[in-house]
Amino acid sequence: MKLTTMLLASAALGFAGAAHATDLEVIHWWTSKGESRAVAEFAKAFDNDGQGDHWIDSAIAGGDVARQTIMQRILGGDPPGAAQFNPGRQYEELIKNGQLLQLDDVAAAGHWADVIRPAKIQSACLVDGHWYCVPVNIHSWDWAWYSYAPFKAAGLPNPTNFDEFVADAPALKAAGFIPFAIGGDGGGWQISGAFDQILLAALGIETRDKMYRDKDTTIAASPEMLKALTNFKALKQFADDGYANRNWNDTTNMVITGKAALQIMGDWARGEFAAAGMTGVKDYGCMIGLNEDSPIVTTDGDVIVFPKQSDPAAEAAQKRLAALLISPAVQVAFNNAKGSMPVRGDVDMSTADPCMQKALMAVEHPDQIADSPGRFITADTSNALGALVSQFWSDDNMTAEQAQAKWVEIIKNAS
Amino acid sequence: MSTTATSGPAAAAAPRGPKPRRLSVARIGLYGFLIISALFFLVPLYIMVVTSLKTMPEIRQGHLFGLPETWTVQPWIDAWMHACTGRDCNGLSPGFWNSVKITVPSVFISIVIASINGYALSFWRYRGANLFFGLLVFGAFVPYQVVIYPLIIALREVHLFSTLWGIIIVHTIFGMPILTILYRNYYAAIPSELFKAARIDGAGFWQIFVRIMLPMSVPITIVAIILQVTGIWNDFLFGVIFAGRNNWPMTVQLNNIVNTTTGTRTYNVDMAATIITAAVPLIIYFISGRWFVRGIAAGAVKG
Amino acid sequence: MAQARKRRLRLSAIIGTVPMMIVAIGVYVIGIAFTVFWSFTDSKLFPNSTLVGFKQYHRLWQDDRWLVAVQNIWIFGILLMVFALAFGFLLAVFMDQEIRQEDLLRSIYLYPFAMSLIVTGLVWQWMLDPNFGIEHTVRSLGWANFQFSPLVDPNTAIYGLVVAGIWQGSGVTMAILLAGLRGIDAEIWKAARIDGIPIWRVYIFIVIPMMRGSIGTAFVLIAVGVVRVYDLVVAMTGGGPGISTNMPAVYVIDMITKSYNVGQGMAAATIMLLPVIAVIALIGLGRIVSTRRKNAAILRAEATA
Repeated sequence: MKLTTMLLASAALGFAGAAHATDLEVIHWWTSKGESRAVAEFAKAFDNDGQGDHWIDSAIAGGDVARQTIMQRILGGDPPGAAQFNPGRQYEELIKNGQLLQLDDVAAAGHWADVIRPAKIQSACLVDGHWYCVPVNIHSWDWAWYSYAPFKAAGLPNPTNFDEFVADAPALKAAGFIPFAIGGDGGGWQISGAFDQILLAALGIETRDKMYRDKDTTIAASPEMLKALTNFKALKQFADDGYANRNWNDTTNMVITGKAALQIMGDWARGEFAAAGMTGVKDYGCMIGLNEDSPIVTTDGDVIVFPKQSDPAAEAAQKRLAALLISPAVQVAFNNAKGSMPVRGDVDMSTADPCMQKALMAVEHPDQIADSPGRFITADTSNALGALVSQFWSDDNMTAEQAQAKWVEIIKNAS
Repeated sequence: MSTTATSGPAAAAAPRGPKPRRLSVARIGLYGFLIISALFFLVPLYIMVVTSLKTMPEIRQGHLFGLPETWTVQPWIDAWMHACTGRDCNGLSPGFWNSVKITVPSVFISIVIASINGYALSFWRYRGANLFFGLLVFGAFVPYQVVIYPLIIALREVHLFSTLWGIIIVHTIFGMPILTILYRNYYAAIPSELFKAARIDGAGFWQIFVRIMLPMSVPITIVAIILQVTGIWNDFLFGVIFAGRNNWPMTVQLNNIVNTTTGTRTYNVDMAATIITAAVPLIIYFISGRWFVRGIAAGAVKG
Repeated sequence: MAQARKRRLRLSAIIGTVPMMIVAIGVYVIGIAFTVFWSFTDSKLFPNSTLVGFKQYHRLWQDDRWLVAVQNIWIFGILLMVFALAFGFLLAVFMDQEIRQEDLLRSIYLYPFAMSLIVTGLVWQWMLDPNFGIEHTVRSLGWANFQFSPLVDPNTAIYGLVVAGIWQGSGVTMAILLAGLRGIDAEIWKAARIDGIPIWRVYIFIVIPMMRGSIGTAFVLIAVGVVRVYDLVVAMTGGGPGISTNMPAVYVIDMITKSYNVGQGMAAATIMLLPVIAVIALIGLGRIVSTRRKNAAILRAEATA
């Protein structure tokens, strides 16, 4: 009896308590300098929302560690108020278990279905007709960054697509440059990431997505797939032997200093060029979708989920934060600092650098948008494929046929 | 302290090997081996120190072994108070006192419990005692991540998840196997006559422990402190999961400084931050080096 | 009376070790029981109890990453064990010759133990890098054919890990063994000198057998380090090049924390623990035998005294 009254009283307080200061803990892995500036924009906006809210920053470097901590905190009954994920299947079990707050009312009020673009990224948060997360930015993997100097020194024109680069590679090598810059740290994510882009270009968006979505072994076993593997392995002769444990930063640095000609890496690489005082297009080349004429943008990035809270006041604050994260001003401030694209097109991004402008243009064309593989396959499958690609690259005794057979096997067993 | 040490079983632990004192060829070879080994150990430290004193552009040039062309201590200042670790850019400093707050009670409690374990296992072997001991030793081999789930659930049920006590309990649990082995072997080397005499005088379990065993345990306790301080001070995994946001240890900040997936890296700050974080265990090694060896001597005389 | 008192005393001992029992049973036994149980489920992100039989084990033994890991742990384990013990023992013996600056040297050998492997692993990675590491430096000094970049080649990368492992672990081994040496009766050296026995024979036939205990302690510490090796691999090679430096603990932890496949991670953990059970059972057996022998020796000594 008494308990009920108390609960009712506190609930009433919570609803009326817009004026009550609410602390909301946010777990994320934005810890480097640029990322820090970006997350500070979120925090600043939330702290100043006029409701007395307070952003408690729980940064944990490394997506794997951060996500694991989020899970364990939920399991331990101490869920954070908000948490970062990458769009895809990382949080599907949380949705299934009913551990995430539904944001349908916030989404309806903010017209998320209309303003979030491209439409494809909505499906990362819109599951079975309910909103479970807020997309906050778009990062794309599909970039080739190149240095002008080696091409000039070898007497070659700048490449306009990846095939041209491959054709130029022997000449670049003969001129004393490392044509293809790549690094093999952290289980070979740079290698598998680069292969994803080459595969995407080789199969096309539709076919590639079908293979991952439907676990289609026919596509996995197709000659096009084999060709992509063969072409990829052929690149190894144009990389240097120091690739094995190199970090992506150091790999990008080889392009910055002109030691190497070209690197395939996500849009965050611009941060390294900027740190070296270089501006895109003017000082270095960038191709999105590995092809200037037909760009492809993979809409990877970050989303924020809101684990369910027992306190109604906290829930109200979660919804305020959700609405805020996607509001135009916050989107611009955050993404300009982060170097990523906003998730809505109705904002002014004219201050973005020239490479980013290419992506902003491409993202307006639905036929140029690709989903990240993580939307269709589980982390388990994606890691197995990544390990395979990395193994294939490093093991000179493994043939493309053997790699393809293993690839088919993994796709077949995927769930 | 030193008087207690010399009265214990670790007495007279001065070097007593074979004694060729003159400067012979063998002696030169001996020093040669020790010095070359020391260099092998020191090379990574040298690289860390010089890297921490270089600017980033210079590090990118890749002269790994060279001295800095322009010396800078800025990375050290940044590592301590300016490096970004999320929204805030306050370096390692915010977590320092949390680490102290976790380390001191965890070290104390885990050592008290393990010393009682070791004492009971050496002198009061009840039926089944060795089975428990065997299980503990087995536990030392299990990767932490594997037994973390039941532990999270258990701590949730007693409302200690995400609290200071929660993390102290976790450190006590995971420190127990090695510490118990340590104390058990140490007490096993104590002449049983001492124990028998006390029993004849009518002393009980706790009396013998407090009055006889504890005063003799100073050296081994120094060893235990060193092992535990190193382990707990450097722990990241348990701290981030079990301690709760308000008690996050310094290693969370260290990890945020040195680890990044797609952000830019500042290697000089990474190096400085690592050395700063290791400073506390290093100071403890240095201060207690003498006792360290004596303690282990006594503990390991008879396995 | 005496009987009751004895029982009461034993009760104090039991009460005193209650925390140990709780931890041994409550954490390790129950934890491991759950581990085994979950290895038969299809647990993904969180542990669940949907049983799937031996599916996880079946998948495990088809996974190249696991097969490589199983192979690596033996190479890594045996090499590290032999070299860390041998190197640690040599250091300990040499340190025991009344040398100068013992405190300084000991601190130097021990410091790697205190440093975060995330960064020291990175430094080792740099040192072994062919473009600016040791190989490059030695070559620029004139030895144009010098080769020392094990991490680059999938066939040799594991040996690079062994080198860094020795660097990290030998100091502790040295300290334990040095301590063991210090515990040995000085009379032995006198006796040996009088009898004219060569020093190396004293070490091999008298000292080493007497140091059983400390060698055992060092062995256990290194073994625990080998079985649980994770940070070293992650920091230095990330399991690469390719999958060539995978280790069982890395596989288990990656399965749980990166692939969200708790079931398979638990299956791998269960397999990992089998050899540990075997070794501990052997040691336990050895212990029982040696205690019996010791007791017999004490009895004999008391009889003669």
